[in-house]
Amino acid sequence: MSNDKLLDIKNLTVQYRGDVRTTTAVDDVSFGIAEGEIFGLAGESGCGKSTIANTILRLLKYPAEVAGGSIMFNGRDVLALNGEELRQFRWREVAMVFQSAMNSLNPVLTIGEQMRDIFTAHLPVTKREADARCGELLEMVQIDQGRLKSFPHQLSGGMRQRVVIAMAVALRPRMLILDEPTTALDVVVQQEIMAEIKTLQAELGFSVLFITHDMSLMVELSHQMAVMYSGRIVEQGPASTLHHRAAHLYTRALMNAFPPITGERVELRGLGEGVRLRRIDNLAPVGPNHWAAPISDEDRMSLAQQSTGAEGGQQ
Amino acid sequence: MRFILRRIGFYLIAFWVSITLNFMLPRFMPGDPISRMLARSQDKMSSEQVQQLQKLFGLDNRPIMEQYVSYIGDMVTGNMGVSISRFPTPVTEVIASQIGWTLLLGSTSLIIAALLGNLLGIIAAWRRGSAMDSALPPLLIFIGSFPYFWLAMGALYLFGIVLGWFPLRHAYDSALDPGFTWAFLSSVGYHLVLPALTIVLVSIGGWMLGMRNTMIATNSEDYITMAEAKGLKPQRIMLRYAARNAMLPSVTSFGMGLGFVVGGALLTETVFAYPGVGYQLLGAVTGLDYPLMQGLFLIITAAVLLANLLVDIVYVRLDPRVRTH
Amino acid sequence: MTTPITTATTEAVKPARVSTRSRSGLLHGLMTNPKAMLGAIILIVFILLALLAPVIFPGNPSRITAMASQEPSAAHWLGTTAKGQDVLALTIHGSRMSLFVGLIVGVMSTIIGILVGLTSAYFGKFVDEILSAVTNIFLLIPGLPLLVILAAFLPPGVGTVIFVLILTGWAGSARVLRSQALSIRSKDFVAASQVTGDRAGWIMAREILPNMASIVMGTLLGCIIGAIGAQAGLEFLGLGDTSTVSWGTNLYWAGNEGSLLTGAWWVFIPSGLCIALVAFALSLFNYAVDEVTNPRLRTVAKKRSVSAPLAGAKETA
Repeated sequence: MSNDKLLDIKNLTVQYRGDVRTTTAVDDVSFGIAEGEIFGLAGESGCGKSTIANTILRLLKYPAEVAGGSIMFNGRDVLALNGEELRQFRWREVAMVFQSAMNSLNPVLTIGEQMRDIFTAHLPVTKREADARCGELLEMVQIDQGRLKSFPHQLSGGMRQRVVIAMAVALRPRMLILDEPTTALDVVVQQEIMAEIKTLQAELGFSVLFITHDMSLMVELSHQMAVMYSGRIVEQGPASTLHHRAAHLYTRALMNAFPPITGERVELRGLGEGVRLRRIDNLAPVGPNHWAAPISDEDRMSLAQQSTGAEGGQQ
Repeated sequence: MRFILRRIGFYLIAFWVSITLNFMLPRFMPGDPISRMLARSQDKMSSEQVQQLQKLFGLDNRPIMEQYVSYIGDMVTGNMGVSISRFPTPVTEVIASQIGWTLLLGSTSLIIAALLGNLLGIIAAWRRGSAMDSALPPLLIFIGSFPYFWLAMGALYLFGIVLGWFPLRHAYDSALDPGFTWAFLSSVGYHLVLPALTIVLVSIGGWMLGMRNTMIATNSEDYITMAEAKGLKPQRIMLRYAARNAMLPSVTSFGMGLGFVVGGALLTETVFAYPGVGYQLLGAVTGLDYPLMQGLFLIITAAVLLANLLVDIVYVRLDPRVRTH
Repeated sequence: MTTPITTATTEAVKPARVSTRSRSGLLHGLMTNPKAMLGAIILIVFILLALLAPVIFPGNPSRITAMASQEPSAAHWLGTTAKGQDVLALTIHGSRMSLFVGLIVGVMSTIIGILVGLTSAYFGKFVDEILSAVTNIFLLIPGLPLLVILAAFLPPGVGTVIFVLILTGWAGSARVLRSQALSIRSKDFVAASQVTGDRAGWIMAREILPNMASIVMGTLLGCIIGAIGAQAGLEFLGLGDTSTVSWGTNLYWAGNEGSLLTGAWWVFIPSGLCIALVAFALSLFNYAVDEVTNPRLRTVAKKRSVSAPLAGAKETA
């Protein structure tokens, strides 16, 4: 992948060091996100998506450790930043919307105090200036300024997530990481939040790393996307290509998990029984700007035994 | 507000329970220590005083319910009879002259221990694996394992008798007249050092460990990760985000801690002959002064309940979530 | 009187440690934990001394066998009291009563705590309201003064001490166990058991209680520590049975005979040190149970892996 990417992750490996054994949560993963691009990262729970997000902001905690690879952001080596550089990098360059707004807001501080913190930590502003900007931010996500004095538990789930989004764009970062931003919300609110994000993105032009297991949402929003399985990327390419012409059978299984409302009838199958891969090989090109991991012989054989509809992988 | 009202209701019930306990003890316990006590000291009392004590201790043959109702009335209005050992001073007067010392000693040592212990706990949790995190807790647990009165006696022996640095007994130099003079106040402070120090020493470990463990639990909360992602300065995350939340359980323990300190004052004050309610309670027990004993128990309980109510009010200020529920 | 603070403040962390491991996992963890092993060794030594006391020092330890107030010597390793009793004999015999009372009170308080806590958490609503209120009232009423006035009204004796200590000791464990039981109560397997028609007692005993093994253990240890300390305090104040031999009464007599004022430190040190060692051993064990069941509390070994937020994540070899 070329060097003009805003975010460039190469051969990233993250491990959880245990007393007895070490688990590899992210295994030799590479991808890049261009300026203004929305990049989707899909996969089931526990496949390593969120670990990647946390690694970009260097939020990993013991016993998780980066075991190899590099993360370049705008030409800077993120993994080499020292304490103060890292602090400046966080939120100013890359901000993040966490999965649960309820849990990611401090329960004992008001919304206003938590937003103000962002400005006072990064910019030479007075409290009053910061408060004024917090108010503007809230209005931007259609929340009344008066809510600055509210505590998190006094807001609805959707409102809280809006507040978190407003916080994320506070410093006009060049990239936003959305880690399953709508999973904890009901469907209607989900739509509102996604619309909000789209509007903001169009307005402010930041890049997005969008993490979800909701494929329909991802296809709708992303330009490029990658599918992860067990710490490995199994397929990567333009979202529309993956949607219509997925090469890897795991991607197809994921896409099928969300059947179209119109069109031919597809038999629904559980993901778990459908696809269990033992080994994932390195990505190989399967089309223009489109890569997929070849299915290993071992997996092909075991899949052939249980397969009913989906025949093993691409040839 | 509703939270506070509920708590007040609860404390009133707790107070009623202790009055009831007081009422029942002399009436339902085996043996008849009260009659013996009255028989011994009857000659020095007026018949009025004897009657009042008979009424308080259920020797007046009225129906039990009637006794109970009038007993609660007497306790609430502070009509607790006369002290036998300090005859003829009323119980309430004896207590009033001493509770101040206990509160001084108890609150000084509790505040120092809680502040210092919590601070150490915060630092230990923030610097996991540092010397403070790995060496200090076992050391403090070890110190905390000693019986409190034993440490106090040891300190008294070492610093009082052997080294002669601190006074051996009482709350101030008895040659001085109590008043707001520098000489008197400094004497009070000087006499306070050793008793307070021993309490702090044994109780600080509990505070530190509790805070450390809560901080560690809090540190894995999402809002701490979010605060880090926001690029806040580490001290700010530690104090405004982690410690601010982790201190909530500590505030609750503060009320409980006060109960232990005021209750434990019995031992401290005994060792240091400190003229507080604990010392007096033991004196009342050995002098078989049942009216004073019961009065002290009730007042100590009331003080603890009141302190807990204050803690509740502080808690409401600190945790916005209880305000709305 | 200070140990209960520890129990109260760590409680906030404890509910998180629903043990998914089997009990053998806990046992294995403890076997390999140095803190637990040190604690266990100290305890075993004291238990052996208590059991063998009549063999090591036959006869009544209170009898006068030597000159008064002798310093430690070859004949009397820990010296003699102001009355001329052998301090070592008193100390070793004292362990019998102290450990016995501590164990009985600890076990009984924990059992009452389990019964109240489980019932409260399982039935909820009205039952919970009442039981919680009673528990909290017992926690609020200052323990030592209550102990003192109860002891003053009751006939002196070991039975009184035990009764009074249980009465004031059970509430702390009931509260901790209730909150733990409450979190297990809300788990699906309990609901499943209810749906299949199991009786309440059975569910409590077979579904909820086994999942609380570690916290019951912690509570039991805490209760024993508290009981040994409170007993010593009570006896030191002269409110126990001063005719029995225990660490607390040893200290009472030491204080009563003015051993410190006369500089006879050897009378005063051994019993206090024994109480401290037993309490410390139990605390170590308790601490180890916490570490084994709650990995987050484990000491972080490697310097680079400190969880301070700004610690480096880059560890590329």
